[in-house]
Amino acid sequence: MRVICVSCPMGCAVEVETQDGVPVRVSGHGCPRGEDYAREEVLEPKRVLTTSVRVVEGVLPLASVRTTGPIPRRIIAQAMAVIRALEVPAPVEAGQVVIGDLLGTGSALIATRAVARRGRA
Amino acid sequence: MTRHRVDVLVVGGGAAGMAAAASAAREGAKTVLVEEGSCLGGVLDQCIHPGFGLHRYREELTGPEFAHRMLGELRGVEVWTESSVLEVKPDRPLAKTVGAAGWVEVEAKALVWAAGARERPLGALRIPGTRPAGIYVAGLAQRMVNIHGLLPGRRALVLGSGDIGLIMARRLHLEGMDVVAVAEIRPHPGGLLRNVVQCLEDFGIPLLLSHTAVEIHGQGRLSGVTLAQVDGAGAVRPETARLVEVDTLIVSVGLIPEVEPVSSASGDLSMGGISTSSRLQNRTPWLFAAGNCLAPFDLVDTVAALGERAGAAAARFARGELRPAPTVSLRRGDGVAVLVPAAVVPGEPAILYLRAARPMDEARVSVGTDGVGRTVRGVRPAEMIEVRLSAEETEAVARLQEATVEVIPLR
Amino acid sequence: MIGAGVVGALVAREISRYEGEVFLLEREPDVGWGVTKANSAIVHAGFHEELGTLSGRLCVEGNALFSSVCRELEVPFERIGGYVLALSEDDRATLHGLHAQGTELGVPGLRLLGREETRSCLPHVNPAVEGSLWAPSVGITEPWALAVAGAENAVANGAVLRLAEEVHGLIAKGGRVCAVKTCRATYEVDAVVNAGGLQADAIAALAGLRSPGLVPRRGEYLLLVDVPSALRSSVLFPVPTPQSKGILVVPTVDGGLLLGPTATDLRPEERSSTQTTARGLAQVVEGAQRLIPDLPLGKAVKAFAGLRPEPADGGFWVGRTEVRGFYQAAGMRSPGLTAAPAIARWLAGQIVADLGLVPRPTFNPLRSAIRRAAELAPEEWDALIARDPRYGRMVCRCNRVTEGEIVEAIRRGACTLDGVKFRTRAGFGRCQGGTCTDRILSLLAREQGARPEAITLHGPGSPVVAGSVR
Repeated sequence: MRVICVSCPMGCAVEVETQDGVPVRVSGHGCPRGEDYAREEVLEPKRVLTTSVRVVEGVLPLASVRTTGPIPRRIIAQAMAVIRALEVPAPVEAGQVVIGDLLGTGSALIATRAVARRGRA
Repeated sequence: MTRHRVDVLVVGGGAAGMAAAASAAREGAKTVLVEEGSCLGGVLDQCIHPGFGLHRYREELTGPEFAHRMLGELRGVEVWTESSVLEVKPDRPLAKTVGAAGWVEVEAKALVWAAGARERPLGALRIPGTRPAGIYVAGLAQRMVNIHGLLPGRRALVLGSGDIGLIMARRLHLEGMDVVAVAEIRPHPGGLLRNVVQCLEDFGIPLLLSHTAVEIHGQGRLSGVTLAQVDGAGAVRPETARLVEVDTLIVSVGLIPEVEPVSSASGDLSMGGISTSSRLQNRTPWLFAAGNCLAPFDLVDTVAALGERAGAAAARFARGELRPAPTVSLRRGDGVAVLVPAAVVPGEPAILYLRAARPMDEARVSVGTDGVGRTVRGVRPAEMIEVRLSAEETEAVARLQEATVEVIPLR
Repeated sequence: MIGAGVVGALVAREISRYEGEVFLLEREPDVGWGVTKANSAIVHAGFHEELGTLSGRLCVEGNALFSSVCRELEVPFERIGGYVLALSEDDRATLHGLHAQGTELGVPGLRLLGREETRSCLPHVNPAVEGSLWAPSVGITEPWALAVAGAENAVANGAVLRLAEEVHGLIAKGGRVCAVKTCRATYEVDAVVNAGGLQADAIAALAGLRSPGLVPRRGEYLLLVDVPSALRSSVLFPVPTPQSKGILVVPTVDGGLLLGPTATDLRPEERSSTQTTARGLAQVVEGAQRLIPDLPLGKAVKAFAGLRPEPADGGFWVGRTEVRGFYQAAGMRSPGLTAAPAIARWLAGQIVADLGLVPRPTFNPLRSAIRRAAELAPEEWDALIARDPRYGRMVCRCNRVTEGEIVEAIRRGACTLDGVKFRTRAGFGRCQGGTCTDRILSLLAREQGARPEAITLHGPGSPVVAGSVR
């Protein structure tokens, strides 16, 4: 399987030979990070998920959020469903933890921006 | 109507402007940063995806997080938001500005233009058909989704595979839209490979290379787009035309530097943006520039670095410490699609940023004919090549009237 | 009044000088969205018109009236003049004919120029130019602004404007029109004016009139912005053909350069087909490049098309008809826009005489436009911001439109994105709304207390967004 490593801008094309779905030989990487990335891409691709949560009584309707680390690609749709159902009251602080452990991945979901509370008219 | 005297006026509160203002203030200049929107950050706040800060902060941050860091570095700068610079005349650094506090004339000693770039509208492509609702440039769609929380439509086609288009393909898909494809007129993707993987391949969104839109359909709202393939010379092959039924067209077909208010001062606009030397100084000596208003960059880290250098240079100029120096013009030669800056100062180190016209496995970047150059591997148009020239190398280039920069494939 | 385009609006305004109820009915969601919205915006001199025609007379009269009407209504109008360019010896002969014809019609200031003089006036023009006809009375304006202004003034003087109201039937008794049926109401009337543009023949049929029929003639255009000012000095015409005035190069009042139109006759059932075509746009470029070889086509920001109602019989159905009480201001081949002020006066004159209307003592011909903050002197702009800080917040940076102006446009009746655009020019500039559309959408939603999903680009069927993300 051919994997383009995205750990750095070099974008090395890494070849991963697998046996029964398990990586047995990795070549073409330019550095150790590339080898790790390629193995993981084959076994269990992971991605950082970024999206938004609804904010209640905020100056903006949404706050952008991210997972603190990459989560398995196969549960992204499920994660989106969880996040879509959330509501966070304003004010939201940048870095605020929205979900401590997202779907048991060990990654938290944090706000990446602040959203102030809407002033009283 | 008030008059304000400053050392350095920075126009534009995005990454380049924030970096320039922070840097000018650190050099001791009395600095004002003018931003048209209601808050600083430029496009960073709407770029909620990661990919920022790998170089500058050695961390992979999202756009808003990068903006947050830069905001923290902004010390000793007077910030005017909801203020627009209407005009900068060519004879002196006097900026006519208007904002919620009224009309202000800012008399500066140096001015850093960091107003970024706008997106090319679909209308510029002269694609025949109707003009219905549902056609949005990618950045506008991004703001609609990420800032306003609005879904542009139900079923989308993305035209153009630049990074913004790829990012929006993923974003709209994650928010429940049916993204049917990304169409790209060139035979290779316009954006970073990592985005092709993580925005399209991850979600099974087809990338249609060598495809372009040839007709727009729909009366009130978009109903479809006819796509067709193009041949090696870029000519449309009409027999390949097929209708793609979508109610949303996301247009990502290029960035154009925003320079109109300062164009009479800056003179010739190479690359469509403001021409500068390697000092980021324009031929009009009090005018400096950084960021996407020079040419579209790929990494915000680079934009911030340029802003920093421009701000510092502007501050030194304001102090009278930037001595005029002769420059050698750089010309775009074979294989170079984008080249910044437009000139180097012989005897001073310079950093060149260029985009290759075509993908190449290995290539030689040459500057002038005196052997100054670099070998680079994995050349892709989506990724800017950075070439750092030493003082000796720019000195070598000085012997030429004009130095042509080329990117020639080695294999 | 059936039709609130520039003609209908100005006729309504003229009639509102007199006592009597005026209803101005428009089937589109806003004023001026038919023929008014997509033409060359030229106020013609009249030399294109044949001697002895109504169009010729009304064109020259309308041209002369344009300055005062635009001044009263605060609508942009610039008399920049025009050149008809001869690119061959045959062309030169035609120019002589146009000069003679125009002079007979009373067109002021016409002058024939030789090759050298033309080239020194227009250094960027095709070097093969043989000579030109200079017409100093040619001008440019903003047609939809004139329609809006005319309608606003008519309403201020007592007329009632009804939008999104389509006429379905006309009732006549004893050869006299007496009622108008729309999708919403029935109006008992003494007079009806058909200013229905592309629908005028269908409306005439409702009155029982046999009309020769209208052919929708499509004209495609290309708009350039930020072009060198040397290219924007005057209007450039090629020598006309029997079919049309040709593909022109026309400066716009908001700093752009318009190329076009083509002239393609469509079938009657295609009368809403305002799409552009590959062939049409290629013709526009070719035609414009014949006049100016080095056009900065990279500055193109929009391609669009408009339809002109071409009467099968040569046209200009203006004035009384066989049906008493039914008047027409329709079937106008170019120059409908130019003739509009003269048509309004003439037609009003007939109606006033026929109905015995008396002048309205409170009539006020003046109407204030939405103040363009960016056109004010700094002290005035300052004072405006002090009263309302929204005039200090730029929304459309390309055309310098502030939030204050957009809110004013909405309060004056704009309820769609296009409605805001046509009243303020927000979204008309180099970025074509890429930067400001979301803010205008927010302002429309906020000011109307509507959800963003309810806001449209140009009326029902054109929603801007599909819903909320969360």
